[in-house]
Amino acid sequence: MSANKLTRATQEPVWVRYGLMTIGLGFLFFFLGLPLVAVFVEALAQGLPLYLEALAEPETRSAIWLTIVIALAVLPFNILFGVAAAWAIAKFDFKGKSLLITLIDLPFAVSPVVAGLIFILLFGSQGTFGPWLAAHDVKIIFAVPGMILATLFITFPFIARELIPLMQAQGKDEEEAAVSLGASGWQMFWRVTLPNIKWGLLYGVILANARAMGEFGAVSVVSGHIRGETNTLPLHVEILYNEYNAIGAFAAASILALLALVTLVAKTIVEWRMKKETEMLNTVLAPEKT
Amino acid sequence: MAAKPHRLLPGFGLALGYTLVYLSLLILLPLGGLVLKSAELGFGQILDIALGERSLAAFRVTFGASFLAAAINAFFGLIVAWVLVRYPFPGKRFVDALVDLPFALPTAVAGITLATLYAGNGWLGRHIEPLGIKVAYTPLGIVVALTFITLPFVVRTLQPVIEDIETEVEEAAASLGASRWQTFVKVIFPAIFPALLTGFALAFARAVGEYGSVIFIAGNLPLISEITPLLIISKLEQYDVLGATALAVVMLGLSFVLLLAVNLLQWWTANRHNNAEPLEVAAGKASGVST
Repeated sequence: MSANKLTRATQEPVWVRYGLMTIGLGFLFFFLGLPLVAVFVEALAQGLPLYLEALAEPETRSAIWLTIVIALAVLPFNILFGVAAAWAIAKFDFKGKSLLITLIDLPFAVSPVVAGLIFILLFGSQGTFGPWLAAHDVKIIFAVPGMILATLFITFPFIARELIPLMQAQGKDEEEAAVSLGASGWQMFWRVTLPNIKWGLLYGVILANARAMGEFGAVSVVSGHIRGETNTLPLHVEILYNEYNAIGAFAAASILALLALVTLVAKTIVEWRMKKETEMLNTVLAPEKT
Repeated sequence: MAAKPHRLLPGFGLALGYTLVYLSLLILLPLGGLVLKSAELGFGQILDIALGERSLAAFRVTFGASFLAAAINAFFGLIVAWVLVRYPFPGKRFVDALVDLPFALPTAVAGITLATLYAGNGWLGRHIEPLGIKVAYTPLGIVVALTFITLPFVVRTLQPVIEDIETEVEEAAASLGASRWQTFVKVIFPAIFPALLTGFALAFARAVGEYGSVIFIAGNLPLISEITPLLIISKLEQYDVLGATALAVVMLGLSFVLLLAVNLLQWWTANRHNNAEPLEVAAGKASGVST
């Protein structure tokens, strides 16, 4: 049989290929491309000066600031937990491991609104610890600590999820070699483990950061919407939009859309680096296998 | 039981201990608190609240729209994944990266943008509304928002599976005389079906809990376009904490069932992959034995 005939038999006819490409890319254009362009067009609808003026509003600036503060507060906890969980799960065998992995995924299955509600039930004025907190003058709900807690809950699985399969695939030979050569636990971690997982860790941090900065539902429930105090940028977008301040809302939204674009670019670069490293590893290992 | 294995690597106790304490304090304890709080109501009262007219309508809207959005994404996601894996075209890497936009773009931004696009004077609404189709501020708007939010799930679960299909299998089918369509229906589709179902379930599970993007475009009319997460918030704002808790616990239960389903599906996918089941099935069919 000629190769040409085989190719034709394993590929779709030209009209089907162009049809599928039109449908697929058209779908992406209407559902992804158009909204992305629309954010910036709406933000700049009244010209650049008004756009910049909207961004310079003190409330918008304080919302940007709070968004950054919450992300910075949340990420170290996520990194610490992600590395610890992945270390235990990937490098050791113990009973109930698959249950633990399922439990780590749990926050993905919980609605953000429910995630906010559970912290109100614990720390709200009617909540379990409410009276005690009030007596000691500690505010968690309708204040920044509650927003940090809700964001911690929402972003809980991101880094662990990236690291567990990566560290499982890497095995424990290198670490065991380091330890038997006399490295202490920390030396092994800093010199062997961390260099091996750095791209996977960065990937998880990028995803967790995007979610932390963009979270709406969970934070909305516990924030109390105090302007200039407990308003993150996504919550501020809602307030401005509901006040029919389209320019202000889309100006704030455009900052978040820029953040999304930066996230996508960073994610793509890290993916590319990880792929390159696995390929390098494979070419190094290949001669041994054969 | 065998003796405790000797562990060469350090840090097991510390890492597992920290993981368990952090997991318990941040996730399990608060979720347990919700279940405990709902126990104050009792099973009968939870059902009464969940089956009230407004709650029932909200559940119907939430699950109906989520199902539709996941189905739309299953159909178009299959096409997008196929096009991205199999066909070369300029700008492919850019398009591939763009698929993750809904994961990166905050939901509130998606919400106000889609509402503006589909409003009567918006870029899309202007052309759609004269045809008698109203999207913004109707249940259809909820479907649109949820389709956007869950778009990456099906594409991303299908892409690696389509990449893994060996062209030899397709060539074999073709040289045995199968048409391209027969090859797709009998060889390719069965191989990617579990992943398609997993993507559908992931999209559905995410859509059911979604709040941020929906509230801007839904119109939020009770009984018509009000989703359950919004109803929970409005109960909370009216200081009806128990009502909100009852709805939340029902949502939580349903989410667990979905999570379980996704896990089972992934397990099924992995098993199929390892056991080369399709060959056995095919052999069984050829010899006339039903499997």
